[in-house]
Amino acid sequence: MTIKRVGILGAGKVGIVLAGLALKAGYTVRISGSGAVEKIALTIKTMVPGAVASENADVVANSDIVILAIPLSRYKNIDPAMLKGKLVIDAMNYWWETDGIREEVLDPSTTSSEQVQDYFQGATIVKTFNHMGYHNLQEEARPKGDPKRKALFVTGDDHQAVDTVAAFVDSMGFDTVVHYSIADGIMTEPGSPLFGASLKRDELAHIIDHFDETEFGKKIAAKQL
Amino acid sequence: MVDIDHLEFGLETFGDIVANEDGSLQTAAQSIRQIVKEGQLADELGVTVFGVGEHHRPDYSVSSPETVLASIAAVTKNVKLATAVTVLSSDDPVRVYERFATLDALSNGRAQVMLGRGSFTESFPLFGYDLTDYDDLFNEKLGLYDLLRTEKPVTWSGKFRASLKDQEVYPKTEHGELETYIGIGGSPESVIRAVKVGYKVIIAIIGGQASRFKPYIDLYHAAAQQLDRPEFPIAVHSHGFIADDEDEALEVAFKNIKANFDRIGLTRGWAPMSREQFDGETKVGSFYVGTPERVAQRIARTIDELGLGRFDLVYGAGNQTAAQREHMIELYGGKVVPRVKEILAETAAVK
Repeated sequence: MTIKRVGILGAGKVGIVLAGLALKAGYTVRISGSGAVEKIALTIKTMVPGAVASENADVVANSDIVILAIPLSRYKNIDPAMLKGKLVIDAMNYWWETDGIREEVLDPSTTSSEQVQDYFQGATIVKTFNHMGYHNLQEEARPKGDPKRKALFVTGDDHQAVDTVAAFVDSMGFDTVVHYSIADGIMTEPGSPLFGASLKRDELAHIIDHFDETEFGKKIAAKQL
Repeated sequence: MVDIDHLEFGLETFGDIVANEDGSLQTAAQSIRQIVKEGQLADELGVTVFGVGEHHRPDYSVSSPETVLASIAAVTKNVKLATAVTVLSSDDPVRVYERFATLDALSNGRAQVMLGRGSFTESFPLFGYDLTDYDDLFNEKLGLYDLLRTEKPVTWSGKFRASLKDQEVYPKTEHGELETYIGIGGSPESVIRAVKVGYKVIIAIIGGQASRFKPYIDLYHAAAQQLDRPEFPIAVHSHGFIADDEDEALEVAFKNIKANFDRIGLTRGWAPMSREQFDGETKVGSFYVGTPERVAQRIARTIDELGLGRFDLVYGAGNQTAAQREHMIELYGGKVVPRVKEILAETAAVK
């Protein structure tokens, strides 16, 4: 699938940074906030000129790929039918300032992206863009081959979708480390040494490959027993 | 365009626990008394604003910043006395008004309210609020505070506090209005909210290049014009450490500022700051660390790039000694501030 049109749900810090990167990479960008266009129109016009401020339904209908960049506590405000058949990037994480109490947002027995995938049944979810701080995303996007280029972890159950998203991430300015399991999203959730880290490909791959040796990895393994 | 003659320079502390020379920690009480001494020093050096934060944790000494500021008021003449910030979401706006109006009286009109949502969770359960209402709490309480700030009888009702009917709140201030800032961390929504209420804005830039905030400042001015709301020069606050020697400054900052950030990060599951990230922050990011010349160059650049009206340096992060803290204040007020103005004047002349 060729991606030409990028849709971003969420016009906050992360959504705006990703919109900027996508515009720079030459994509057509549509972006929506939680309500009417008027609420975000000035923000989009001023901060990411060139992106089209719109509403969820229009963003989804007119995009080849949709990025969820809303607070994790609010994804259930979106009708799952709307994303049916879509390729969707989950860039969300639990963050108390926007999400409130963790137990009210996440079922502790499974990972956050699995919960997102379960909710959006008809969509193909790939997790990425979630583990690097938004200012690092903004400042550290670099052309392919740049020795300082940073990497993002990309994971999901659908091979083809993961590969498509990995190519998309590459076009946005980052190398990738790829897994084919949405449950592996846990490796970049809050508490992981990768959450908030900004690493080159080999450094990222090393931690992913030795994830079970990290403190967080041990904790996760213990929980699953 | 930067108005050099009216530029304001502040110092803020979050009330971190002070270290003794042997590495042991002072008590919270000693740390609080140290802040009063530092406020006095800042005033003597002509620093414009002195800000004290509010926390409810063992690693910070100050939970009642206005009380500390009241003590500073008694030993200072000119410096404005600010909170950095008052966590309005878990406070009672009526009490906030009363405390600041009192501080304003004690200081002859030098009280400055800085309202924010806070970056810690402790105050919510402590005062009986639900973290889930984080945003709603702030919005509602800001609305009430705004009415109280008029110093006229207030009629109000909301979700989180008892209603008020034609209620007068005392004491009234001598200038009829408390100077009030709203502290924002840089989401577009918070910029628009600040514009709507019409207060001055201070942006906390705690990571990354300051220039990435330019679009937010553009948004502030564009929104103020579109909504026909008052427009003020933007203030920024960032962390820093200044010493006579560059390496010493970096070493102290790495140990203390990094430790501080890592501790806060822990509550969010955020990975510890790497040396590479720290170096990025001190070279081109938002930690102002080094000799007075280096820090002055970087502050001047930020003020110029963002067109600021005020720059506050957050000092004392982690566990620094009284000598480190005081010397940093001396260097900031005595050397950095005059040098920043000088650099900006040179820049303006070239332009």
